[in-house]
Amino acid sequence: MGINVINPGLATTIQDLGRPGYYHLGIPIGGAMDRFALHCANLLVGNDEGAACLECVFMGPELEFTQDATVAITGADLPPKVDGEPQDTWTSLKVKAGQVLSFDFLKGGARAYIAVSGGIDVPVQLGSRSTYAIGALGGYEGRAIAAGDTLPVGQDAGVAEGRSVPAAMRRMPTGPVELRMIPGLYWHRITKEAGEHFFDDMWKVAPECDRMGYRFRGGRPLDFVPREQPFGAGSDPSNIVDACYPYGSIQVPGGTEPIVLHRDAVSGGGYFMLGTVISADMDLIGQMQPHTETKFVSVDMDQALNARHERADALQKVRDVLV
Amino acid sequence: MSIEIFSPLPGTFYRKPAPDQPVYKESGDAVAKGDVIGLVEVMKTFYEVKSELDGHIDVFLVENEDPVQAGQPLAKLKG
Repeated sequence: MGINVINPGLATTIQDLGRPGYYHLGIPIGGAMDRFALHCANLLVGNDEGAACLECVFMGPELEFTQDATVAITGADLPPKVDGEPQDTWTSLKVKAGQVLSFDFLKGGARAYIAVSGGIDVPVQLGSRSTYAIGALGGYEGRAIAAGDTLPVGQDAGVAEGRSVPAAMRRMPTGPVELRMIPGLYWHRITKEAGEHFFDDMWKVAPECDRMGYRFRGGRPLDFVPREQPFGAGSDPSNIVDACYPYGSIQVPGGTEPIVLHRDAVSGGGYFMLGTVISADMDLIGQMQPHTETKFVSVDMDQALNARHERADALQKVRDVLV
Repeated sequence: MSIEIFSPLPGTFYRKPAPDQPVYKESGDAVAKGDVIGLVEVMKTFYEVKSELDGHIDVFLVENEDPVQAGQPLAKLKG
């Protein structure tokens, strides 16, 4: 019993809130690229907030249910259909055994979360059901779902249909995106002028944007402060002696195209980092399509912590409505 | 009857399987259901865009290497 995958979509994976605690061993934190959307999807169907959902990117899967279930789709504006009938996003709905959930073309955002009452019940590995595909860990046999898979589903919590996250409480980028970041780590490696035009320039999300990182293009190349490269660093001025890469850190290989590391990132290496995108804005990156215009905005630690509290409050407001 | 083929996802549209290869289809070419008419690249993945019916390509609506949105028409077919 569970869900039969008729068409998997582009790279649909099982994700929960991830597996923090192993990054120092090279195992990324993983989990949903838009954690707020995953929390909301689970709340809508009466699951624990960290239950495993399907994360689909840019296009939806086609799924046949073999048992009755309550389902909710949050995150990207990816219009769901049950047996061809259009349904609302951010709203709980009933799907009966034998019915097929499919999706229309993406209208906005990048990643949609499909929560099913009871959660996707694949084995827990290192504390999480999240799929880390390049490490063949977690999820469904360590990979994106494929046609012919049957996904196990837990016990139905049986909440009502029609429960909805109010529109004002949803979060989705519209128009150019501002990503707040704290300069630091290796900021001193670039010139003052380069530091200024990094924030002045309009960047665009490159097509190379995935669960490991988001690459940006379109700004001017960064000039480096001349130095004799230390022992252990490569010869390129953007190289450093190998260091830890934090989640959200911004590396700029060759000084040309910034890459923001995301949930499935490598944990260390030899590129300098300009700074780190604040945790409150990481979900937003998960909803950015290629070619989205982006500006980086400098903030300090107090502003970053305030923004984190605002996001926690926003989630609490959703709980107040739904629980 | 004129029918459009839509991009299923956002990315970059290619009319060729590789830079040194000929295009999949020219305007006026016959297509059968399931024929690949182009690729959309996103996240280092190339997704094949296929025709959903038999007919002829009337016209391509986007150029090779153009950025495309999900649901954007890529070509017109004559049934």
